[in-house]
Amino acid sequence: MHSPSQTSQQRSSLWLDAWIKLRKNRMALFGFAVLATLCVVSLLTPWIAPYSYEEQDLMLGATPPSAAHWLGTDIFGRDMLTRVMYGGRVSLMVGFIATAVALVIGILWGAIAGFIGGRVDAIMMRIVDIMYALPFMIFIVLLMVVFGRNILLLFVAIGAVEWLTMARIVRSQVMALRKQEFIEAAYSMGLSRWAIIRRHIIPNTLGPVIVYTTLTIPSVMLLEAFLSFLGLGIQPPESSWGLLINYGVETMEEYPWLLIFPGITLSLTLFALNFLGDGLRDALDPRASKD
Amino acid sequence: MALLDVKDLKVFFHTRNGVVKAVDEVSFSVDKGETLAIVGESGSGKSVTCYSLLDLLPKPPAVIEGGIANFDGEDLLACSSDRMRHLRGNHIAMIFQDPMTSLNPFLTIGEQLIEPLIYHPDTTLRLSRKAARTEAINLLNEVGIINADTRFDSYPHEFSGGMRQRAMIAMALINKPRLLICDEPTTALDVTIQAQILKLIKQLQKTRDVAVIFISHDLGVVAGIADKVLVMCEGKTQEQNTTKEVFNNCTSAYTKKLLSAIPKGAKVKASEAQAGSTLIEVNHVKTYFRDFSGSSDVLVKAVDDVSLDIKKGEIFGLVGESGSGKSTLGRSILQLTPMTSGSVVYSGTDLCTLESSQLLPWRPKLQMIFQDPYASLNPRMTVYETLAEPLLYHAVANKKTVAQQVQKLMDAVGLDRSSVLKYPHEFSGGQRQRIAIGRAIATNPEFIVADEPVSALDVTIQAQILELILALVEQRNLTMLFISHDLSVVRSICDRVAVMHHGKLVEQGNTETIWAKPKMPYTQELLQAIPTADLKR
Repeated sequence: MHSPSQTSQQRSSLWLDAWIKLRKNRMALFGFAVLATLCVVSLLTPWIAPYSYEEQDLMLGATPPSAAHWLGTDIFGRDMLTRVMYGGRVSLMVGFIATAVALVIGILWGAIAGFIGGRVDAIMMRIVDIMYALPFMIFIVLLMVVFGRNILLLFVAIGAVEWLTMARIVRSQVMALRKQEFIEAAYSMGLSRWAIIRRHIIPNTLGPVIVYTTLTIPSVMLLEAFLSFLGLGIQPPESSWGLLINYGVETMEEYPWLLIFPGITLSLTLFALNFLGDGLRDALDPRASKD
Repeated sequence: MALLDVKDLKVFFHTRNGVVKAVDEVSFSVDKGETLAIVGESGSGKSVTCYSLLDLLPKPPAVIEGGIANFDGEDLLACSSDRMRHLRGNHIAMIFQDPMTSLNPFLTIGEQLIEPLIYHPDTTLRLSRKAARTEAINLLNEVGIINADTRFDSYPHEFSGGMRQRAMIAMALINKPRLLICDEPTTALDVTIQAQILKLIKQLQKTRDVAVIFISHDLGVVAGIADKVLVMCEGKTQEQNTTKEVFNNCTSAYTKKLLSAIPKGAKVKASEAQAGSTLIEVNHVKTYFRDFSGSSDVLVKAVDDVSLDIKKGEIFGLVGESGSGKSTLGRSILQLTPMTSGSVVYSGTDLCTLESSQLLPWRPKLQMIFQDPYASLNPRMTVYETLAEPLLYHAVANKKTVAQQVQKLMDAVGLDRSSVLKYPHEFSGGQRQRIAIGRAIATNPEFIVADEPVSALDVTIQAQILELILALVEQRNLTMLFISHDLSVVRSICDRVAVMHHGKLVEQGNTETIWAKPKMPYTQELLQAIPTADLKR
């Protein structure tokens, strides 16, 4: 009774099927490849970057792309390629870590509030409302003042703001799901609450969550740029894409390459994220067509 | 010349997975004062046929590939969309299945009713608001709405289901159409209300001399109302004849199958355990809900002091109309809905006294089958996962034996072993219900609550599932509480029966005794309302 088909039966699951489906989706694969390349380059930047990120050449000044400086140099004569590469380290890290923080808190908070309902839900969601009402700038400034400027704190601070919407999305999904008969069936089967949340509820909320995640990552990257611009995030000579774009905008007319190259990199990342997100959403929904 | 004469109608859907022949060379005719019933199971093309006449199909994917629909000398399939807009409502009107979703919840019934009168495209025919109101109230009276002049200003949600369908009929009739198309107009209604609406449609047709096309999946309903019947299956005409001929000597094999699938008569083989011991004792169960929707919170007595005993090995029927509390009682017995008071004693243990964590070991013994096989299966779990979950969770199987056990379950409920890796949406309604039944019997339960398990299914599929349920009950020594609004189904499989009305138990006893001699007036009314497909009377 141990034919090969049987072993595959045991292994087949939502995630395995999703992976098989994702591999057939060219756009999603492209997105995945782009993101993977960007991540690898960012990881290896200290070793492969052509120049040091703080190396200035004031005599050189801003120059357009050339053989020595592929993406040109900024007004201080710093190599743009190097700065974009180093900027990617910060931007991608902020994007992924802060979003991950938001995801974990948001999904758990929303799922618990939506699933238990009643008074627990009311209290949990009022907390979310209060957090919404707090001016988040003040919140972050306070954090920075108390704990000092710290890149890790930046992740936590952004994540702590972004999870609110996630929690609301998940909660509304869960509330709709909770009344479905298959959840009741799981109850009558004798499954524990946690097993029901984990096995039946969370997988069914993934669609909107994934889409929202792909929207959160870019907004987090831009948030970091905004904070850095205000002097609350990272400071030059360190860089991030958002920061480079902000400075690029100021000198857009004289030195357009200072805006164009970080802009292209950020846009490429966002495209890749969207393709991958759409692909994941379809792959994780067995009802979406198979081909 | 008939009022509507349809010849060789062909409607195809061009989908990504190829061409679906929804309607394939269907011809029929209806004359003034005549009722044609189009009968078929879901997907037979009966609705598409009528929608295509009124240009109500989504195009694409639908394409009308051929045919003529001659309505009073005019080809409906060829006329312009302006002309069609004029015909719809003025000459041809339609009534839909669900009166709640076809009424605008933000407008009063009256406002929706007079709209076509005061905004009539032909300005000479436009009525003043006052005149329109008088006419609408007359019409509401005609369709049997009591206190029509005060109900005129009510909103749809303030009407009951039956009243809403009456209002819909009034709306369809307001411009005095010559052809009325009814798409399953009574499917969403309770059996007693259904009987009233059918009577109303019949009566209105006589007084107004309109032609009616009546779409239904229920041959029993059709028998009482139609002059002619067209039976459809997979887009093709299976049979077309007068109602009498169709029911008494039908010629096509499909019609025979449909007719034989209608549950009729008593249970063939009574369960042996008639005198057996009591498995579940339900004592004075009360389940109340607080209704916060109104201004003051009202206590809704969903189940109000119900007591009954279910014996080991029997199928106990629980019948009632929607809102009678029958489903709530079923869920309360399984402790899925908390009870207000009373007790449920299962093999000597009062389940109500147990905490929810203490209940977990009892759950495998007490299972449930749900009405909607689309909603009761997790769409993101394969059949394998759905069936393996209870097996592994309750250690009925271990990791080594689970694959084999799942296959055994698939065999038991009549599913093909090779479809084990598919997801629920890849199955038909009947097959999904088989999966749900497989999940319910996975843990070898003793007692199963089946909540309307066949209501969402076509009649031929319904017959198969009922057969499966009967077989499983006997093989596995199950005891079942079978909840249904369909009295014929209940009669065909239940040993004993209880009737519920407004949360109270009206009557209980042996199925055949109740059918032969119903004691309470409500039970009598229910039994009289059953539409029968028997024209030999």
